[in-house]
Amino acid sequence: MRPAPPISVQQWTRALSRWDVLAVLLVLGILIFFAEASRNLLQPMAELRMTPLSLEPTHLPAYAARTTLRMLLALGLSLVFTFTYATLAAKSKRAEVLLVPLLDILQSVPILGFVSVTVVFFMSLAPGRVLGAEFAAIFAIFTSQAWNMAFSFYQSLRTVPTELVEVSRTFRLSGWMQFWRLEVPFAMPQLIWNMMMSMSGSWFFVVASEAINVGDTTIMLPGMGSYIALAIEQRSLTAVGWAIGTMLVVILIYDQLLFRPLVAWADRFRFEQEIGVAPPKSWVLSTLRRSGVVATLARPLSVAWQRSFQRAPLGAGNKLAQARSQERPSWSDRGWTTLVVTMAALALWQVGRFVLAGVSLTEVSKAVLLGLATLTRVIVLIALASLIWVPIGVWVGTRPRAARIFQPIAQFLAAFPANLLFPVVVSAIVVLKLNPDIWLSPLMILGTQWYILFNVIAGATAIPSELRDCGTNLGVCGWLWWRKIALPAVFPYYVTGAITASGGSWNASIVAEVASWGDERLQAYGLGAYIARATEAGDFHRIVLGIAVMSLFVVVINRTFWRPLYRYAERKFRLG
Amino acid sequence: MSEAPLLELHSVRQSFPKPDGNQLLVLDDINVELAPGQIVGLLGRSGSGKSTLLRLIAGLARPTAGSITYLGKPIVSPAPGIAMVFQSFALFPWLTVLENVQLGLEALGLPEAEIRQRALAAIDLIGLDGYESAYPRELSGGMRQRVGFARALVVHPNILLMDEPFSALDVLTAETLRTDFLDLWSEGRLPIKGVILVTHNIEEAVLMCDRILVFSTNPAQIVSEIKVDLPQPRNRLDPSFRDLVERIYVAMTDRSAAAARATPLTERFPKIGIDTVLTRVSANLLSGLIEAVAGPPYDGKADLPVIAGSLHMEVDDLFPVAETLQMLRLAEIEKGDICLTDVGREFAGAALDDRKKLFQHQLLTYVPLAAHIRRVLQDRANHIAPRSRFLDELEDYMTTDAAEQTLRAVVAWARFAEAFAYDDESQTFSLENPR
Repeated sequence: MRPAPPISVQQWTRALSRWDVLAVLLVLGILIFFAEASRNLLQPMAELRMTPLSLEPTHLPAYAARTTLRMLLALGLSLVFTFTYATLAAKSKRAEVLLVPLLDILQSVPILGFVSVTVVFFMSLAPGRVLGAEFAAIFAIFTSQAWNMAFSFYQSLRTVPTELVEVSRTFRLSGWMQFWRLEVPFAMPQLIWNMMMSMSGSWFFVVASEAINVGDTTIMLPGMGSYIALAIEQRSLTAVGWAIGTMLVVILIYDQLLFRPLVAWADRFRFEQEIGVAPPKSWVLSTLRRSGVVATLARPLSVAWQRSFQRAPLGAGNKLAQARSQERPSWSDRGWTTLVVTMAALALWQVGRFVLAGVSLTEVSKAVLLGLATLTRVIVLIALASLIWVPIGVWVGTRPRAARIFQPIAQFLAAFPANLLFPVVVSAIVVLKLNPDIWLSPLMILGTQWYILFNVIAGATAIPSELRDCGTNLGVCGWLWWRKIALPAVFPYYVTGAITASGGSWNASIVAEVASWGDERLQAYGLGAYIARATEAGDFHRIVLGIAVMSLFVVVINRTFWRPLYRYAERKFRLG
Repeated sequence: MSEAPLLELHSVRQSFPKPDGNQLLVLDDINVELAPGQIVGLLGRSGSGKSTLLRLIAGLARPTAGSITYLGKPIVSPAPGIAMVFQSFALFPWLTVLENVQLGLEALGLPEAEIRQRALAAIDLIGLDGYESAYPRELSGGMRQRVGFARALVVHPNILLMDEPFSALDVLTAETLRTDFLDLWSEGRLPIKGVILVTHNIEEAVLMCDRILVFSTNPAQIVSEIKVDLPQPRNRLDPSFRDLVERIYVAMTDRSAAAARATPLTERFPKIGIDTVLTRVSANLLSGLIEAVAGPPYDGKADLPVIAGSLHMEVDDLFPVAETLQMLRLAEIEKGDICLTDVGREFAGAALDDRKKLFQHQLLTYVPLAAHIRRVLQDRANHIAPRSRFLDELEDYMTTDAAEQTLRAVVAWARFAEAFAYDDESQTFSLENPR
């Protein structure tokens, strides 16, 4: 038997390599970034007013850093939320009946709604200091990130392969160890993908979360969102241009420094053990992995981690109930169900009373009509986007060389906050005097249409070459080729993309149906505009009504249209 | 061997609640004893509940009735000293070979040095030297299962449970792994005292076990216990080895004859009702086996182990086909032999269209569910009935899974027989066959 020395000892003996230098620089750079960006957090509010925002491009790096830091903190919070909430939902049957539907609803509640309701509370946490406003902003961003991450984690926990759970149990792994050794790794690839979606999704609401209204005063936290708000107020297209340029760089940086390494690292957690597909690569990850210094520094951490497993009490393999206990629900289960139903009924009554106290029933029907207007917009836009992007996606996807070039571009565009482009479009609408009811609509899908494109590209790339060869062999071409080969093959992928796009469009409607350029205000007839106006006016009754109606629309459409369609696509068209 | 048994199972029963509130009996009156130094085989068809039994022993579930004791103490949760090897290997793909092997030791909270030393010793023993830092996805199936063995052995269990450990491997690899395991076992180099092996492979059971318990299906019962006294290493070609294999085939096929005897109707064929769970066997396989039995050198009557060997089929592949033929009265099975009926011989000599007619006749005569569906379709004015109508009916007798499987089987046979049609899109049965 060969003795295996601890890895760090072996590596420490050699001279520092260029990987070490690179790695140290990377780590130091990240530390400095955090220090810089968080320096101003504790300053009093008055100081913030004394140094107003400026449209000078030289301030942009600092603003971008502040905003990115907020988003990363929110992402950290979302992770903590995910690990607790989703785990509870997956492990406890009783919690599940309550938590999962709740999450489903939270997912479809427009994000802006959370901001206006919670600001006052967070401001009171650190009175007179910027920190309170920062809390509120971070919470707002958190609400745009957490739900889909929690959902993905919950779903992963439910699908952990049985035999691996059985291994963990026969070895009596403690709950703590099973969580970190089995459940988290298994969920990791899906979770990281959702983190990326969350990150780009939350850029959308940065403007709303950084400019906070409390009563009559508006607090503008230094950041990209406030910068853009100011640029719009002052009608400065140059400033908007600078902001767009900065965003491109910021997204490129965190993609390279954070997500790409994460994706490359998480590749090992993929459960399907196939070979042949080239694994994702990241220069940052390779640098950190090859550096001896990093390995040495990381060693104590991994040892501590290991210790925590050993300290955790041995899984007693909690005594199993006799099998017959599953037969019928016990009294305590029934009691729990009754409790949940009662609470839900109470909450419904509460919401109904609150809303109806401030608004009449005609207001409710008005909101529903507005919802139908927005629904029409979403449907038309998804149809249009499909007509444009499906053929293009198929064309690109069936040409490997083109796919290699376009696929990353489509993914990048999906990550780019489309609302940065709003000012450009809106100024054009103002100048050309176009009808806002029609021309504001495309803004809703500006950011989300890319999900359709890159899913279709992925689908077309996945058509087995034998199927395509067979088509060529039989002389299938033209419309027949599209009808019998291309469209069925990409259909499941298309549905996945369209679901994401439609959900995103509803959310975007709040930002997109009302737009301003300087003092010029454009409004479209729709539920999004209704909610945005109510938020601005601080009219809580209408906010709650608008949000409730929108959530209802989204839930109903998901249940009656998208989910059945998805199941149909899964059953009929999934290859293999 | 007069030592106290490692493991004792006393009239173990396991049942699961059915949708209609009744219980579905999976295991019935199981008694097993494992003495030190023994390898006991649980042999039966897939779906016969052997794996369920193994999980009961592993403490992953509790039986509905009966007792399972390990070293005199009842098993109520996974017990230290019982480790398991899985059919699908069940390795953690994100851990290296070494980390996978260390897992059980880490859970025990041992000091790091000991963990490493013991893991490396196990890796060394099982022949994985040099693979410590590889990830499972980089390994072949055989190497992966070696990791599975090392991971189970490293905790020095008293009992090793093996759940079809070689059946996911190709024939050659499986043979190597079996031989290696048996060598280590007979040399006393394994830190284990007893083994329970679940398998559906008769030769594997005879190769490895000291005692073989043969299971019947629905519910699983032990129908016979066979002692294997042949010295290790055993030779497949040894006449006494072949004798044992033959005996086990007889024991496994005899069960249906016994069941038939138990029913008041003195019929040679087991009784089939609408409540019988059917296994889907493709029409190609049915025709294929009929042709093989009809052809030389068997000429209508074949020894099951012999024809299984010549067709490279295992018990799990062969028995469902043979039993379906028996159900359709195209063949008879008795004492480990398969023998074509007159209809079966006629089928073998017929062209495709005539085969279909024969098959349709047999299907509608002997499979009550097929006849039932056909009758319902004929009675209805539009000759159409939804799938759910029959599914609901079946679910009165069996689980949803079994009901779906049964319907799928009938659909497959009805399609070949052109007895009725099924459209998956609209989930309806109809009499019209698109031509």
